[in-house]
Amino acid sequence: MIRIKEFARSVMDILWKDLLLEWRSREQVGGMLVFALLAILMFNFALDLESAKTPGTISGILWVTLVFAGTIGLNRSMAAEKTNGCFDGLLLAPVDRSAIFLGKALGNTLFMWIVAAFLLPLFAVLYSVNLIHGGVMLVIVLGTFGYSMAGTLLAAMTYQTRARDMLLPILLFPVALPVLLAAIKATGILLNGFLLADARFWVDMLVVFDVIFAMLGWLMFDFVVEE
Amino acid sequence: MQKQSVKLTILDAASVILLLAALVIVFFFTPLEETMGAVQKVFYMHVSAAWVGMLGFLAAAVCAAVYLVRRETRWDVMSETGVEIGLVFTLVGIVSGSIWAKPVWNTWWTWDPRLTTSAVMVLIYLAYQMLRSGLDDPGRRARYSAVYAVAGFVTVPLTFFSIRLFRTIHPVVVGGSSGMFAMDQAMLTAFFLCLTAFTVLFVDLFWHRYLLGSQSEELEELETSRFGESL
Repeated sequence: MIRIKEFARSVMDILWKDLLLEWRSREQVGGMLVFALLAILMFNFALDLESAKTPGTISGILWVTLVFAGTIGLNRSMAAEKTNGCFDGLLLAPVDRSAIFLGKALGNTLFMWIVAAFLLPLFAVLYSVNLIHGGVMLVIVLGTFGYSMAGTLLAAMTYQTRARDMLLPILLFPVALPVLLAAIKATGILLNGFLLADARFWVDMLVVFDVIFAMLGWLMFDFVVEE
Repeated sequence: MQKQSVKLTILDAASVILLLAALVIVFFFTPLEETMGAVQKVFYMHVSAAWVGMLGFLAAAVCAAVYLVRRETRWDVMSETGVEIGLVFTLVGIVSGSIWAKPVWNTWWTWDPRLTTSAVMVLIYLAYQMLRSGLDDPGRRARYSAVYAVAGFVTVPLTFFSIRLFRTIHPVVVGGSSGMFAMDQAMLTAFFLCLTAFTVLFVDLFWHRYLLGSQSEELEELETSRFGESL
């Protein structure tokens, strides 16, 4: 019982460290947000959304924007640790390594939520769809969680490689595809005016994927940061 | 130069003979399919290649998991071997499938679950290769590749199921291959012969590639130790 408490405290400490760092620099979320805005702008012209917007397209654009912005954030979160050997310092801390993983992954999830919190009203204004919707928010919470879990694990690996930033999306997108599919589908159903119960199946699947990716990260992170 | 083991030579010969036999049987002794005609003969090679592709990826994931537990370099070499063979044969499967699909489905490609999943698999394992080549330290390379091989393989069935369910609302272009197994006896024989030939070929290639991999590993070790001396 005490050990679980200790573990939770180390997770929270690492999460708090990342949040504090972000609060002082505003680098990660700021970059993600501006990138997301630019992506929306480009989608608007590329797909001519004035005339051809369907709930399906909007859900797709929302998720592609979120996921691309998320990748930028994941890269940034690892690059920040790389400077001045912060990550080595973190690894020296006498805590369970999976606590470090969870803390970082939760931080990345939280940053994606913040970006989504800005995006949702913006989408509502731009495309006059009601995205401020409990169901949509639940799907975003679940989808970004799974994505960050897989992403944090892979980012910890790619930042050790020569290609670094370039490699993360290449490794992450094919692996995270099931999460993205389920999230797009569920959001599309909800935007079509159906109830959460109608998207139940996809939401359940998101939960399953979240659990799988969280377990994978949790179990595999030790191997990644061994030395 | 070490001499090749007798078993491996026998395996070489067996895979050549079996492949030739399979080709002869497919070309001359199987009946023409009623509606599809000669192009249906791609099917024998196509399924066998896809099967070997899956075998390769499965072997890669299993060896990667064993590597993570045991930490012996040979398991890493085997995992890499599995990925390489799997990639080549999955590509053969995709290309041969496209050749079959053009006359039969009237398109080279459709986003059917099987097709999409094999494309995603190719992308995952291409990423694996890029990850490997981006890491210089052998120990770290082996560990990271093993982690990615396991993580990638775990998501393959998830991708397959989610795409299958994703597509249910869209019109399905072709009802999969459900009718395929209603085959003539000669067709079945040819099919299983092909499958056997490709599986033997897989084992043979795996062995060769593994030997090559361990030799280059040895070479790398020799080079680093000599480099150490000159310092």
